[in-house]
Amino acid sequence: MQLHIFLSHNWIIRFLEIGLFAGIIAHVIQGIMLERSNRSKRKIAFDVKPGNATSKWYSRSMGLLGVLILLFLIVHLSQFWYSTKVALYAEGDAEHNMYQQMKEVFQHEWVLLVYLIGVVALGWHLKHGFWSAFQTFGINSPKYNSLIKSVGMVYTIIICLAFISMPLAFYFKWLN
Amino acid sequence: MEHKTLNLKLRVWRQSDSNTQGGFVTYDANNISTEMSFLEMFDVLNEKLINEGNDPIAFDHDCREGICGMCSMYINGRAHGPWAGTTTCQLHMRAFNDGETITVEPWRAQAFPVIKDLVVDRSAFDRIQQAGGYISVNTGNAQDGNSIPINKHDADLSFAAAACIGCGACVAACKNSSAMLFTSAKVSQYALLPQGGPERKTRVLNMLNQMDKEGFGSCTNTGACEAECPKEISISNIARLNREFLNAQFSL
Repeated sequence: MQLHIFLSHNWIIRFLEIGLFAGIIAHVIQGIMLERSNRSKRKIAFDVKPGNATSKWYSRSMGLLGVLILLFLIVHLSQFWYSTKVALYAEGDAEHNMYQQMKEVFQHEWVLLVYLIGVVALGWHLKHGFWSAFQTFGINSPKYNSLIKSVGMVYTIIICLAFISMPLAFYFKWLN
Repeated sequence: MEHKTLNLKLRVWRQSDSNTQGGFVTYDANNISTEMSFLEMFDVLNEKLINEGNDPIAFDHDCREGICGMCSMYINGRAHGPWAGTTTCQLHMRAFNDGETITVEPWRAQAFPVIKDLVVDRSAFDRIQQAGGYISVNTGNAQDGNSIPINKHDADLSFAAAACIGCGACVAACKNSSAMLFTSAKVSQYALLPQGGPERKTRVLNMLNQMDKEGFGSCTNTGACEAECPKEISISNIARLNREFLNAQFSL
């Protein structure tokens, strides 16, 4: 069996893909509902705001960072995921050269810029989100707090560097 | 300590009642001693307003020694002003500079409607407390304290949570107007002690239910409440509240 057919029909990958889509859609809907509900709890805003004196900017900006990540995802999926699915379903498992496609797409400056914005937004989103998820599930203990924060930091850096490495490598022609 | 006098401009929120639209009014506050508390400066200003035949500025205050939680002022974008771990009555005028304009607002949240000027209705907190912030005991002589063993660490954590004075600074500081720090402190002080054990599950569910009913927002872990709390209640109490909730909600 050819590799692209194996990968595109493998039930583990299909299962994870559907899971990821369900997860991200649920997260977006819940995030929007949460933001809307929380904003409605203070109809008259404070005239003077504390800025960064009492909290980190990224912890207050999860909505904005989320929107940037979503816009990035829309660009990313329409460029790569969509064409893969067309080749798979509409063209009956046609050969689809993803490597060549990436090489072409990542020559454009605007694409690189969209990816950079997406990954930077993702980094700040994860920096708050990783720790925040533990706090929400009640895991806050002097024994583990520094471990949670450092694992979160390492995870954030690895994810962001891995995501941006492909557009950078193609744009600067580190690969042939 | 060096004593100085300050001439200040105060931009104060005036609102005649909860149904009327409010707005800022600017007042001169001259010859203010740096040794005065922030509330004493308001007393001086109100004295002047009364002598001129004007309506004094309504503001909440009671003990003026930092333990009652009444003095709810949002000063220059900060709950209880610029000093950490301080109520408005314990904030002194040496925190400000001569010629400065100070903006004073009431706590702003749908759950804390303005009654007049800087006075807000915080009875939502009372109702959360009444929903479960107690233990039921039979009346009669109190039993000997030493008959209930409690480890020192938990007793200290419980005491730190019980330091909450219910001032509402956490709600004002929170971008979501969430009352999670308050509720978590009130749940934690009992959850950490054996006396709180029998009503543990109903307490957390009833108090959270009441918190939602009062129209407070939800917690997104920004930590602003902890930074502004005059009693420096830790957000580790919010994690404990979440644990208590999960334990109560998902147990049989």
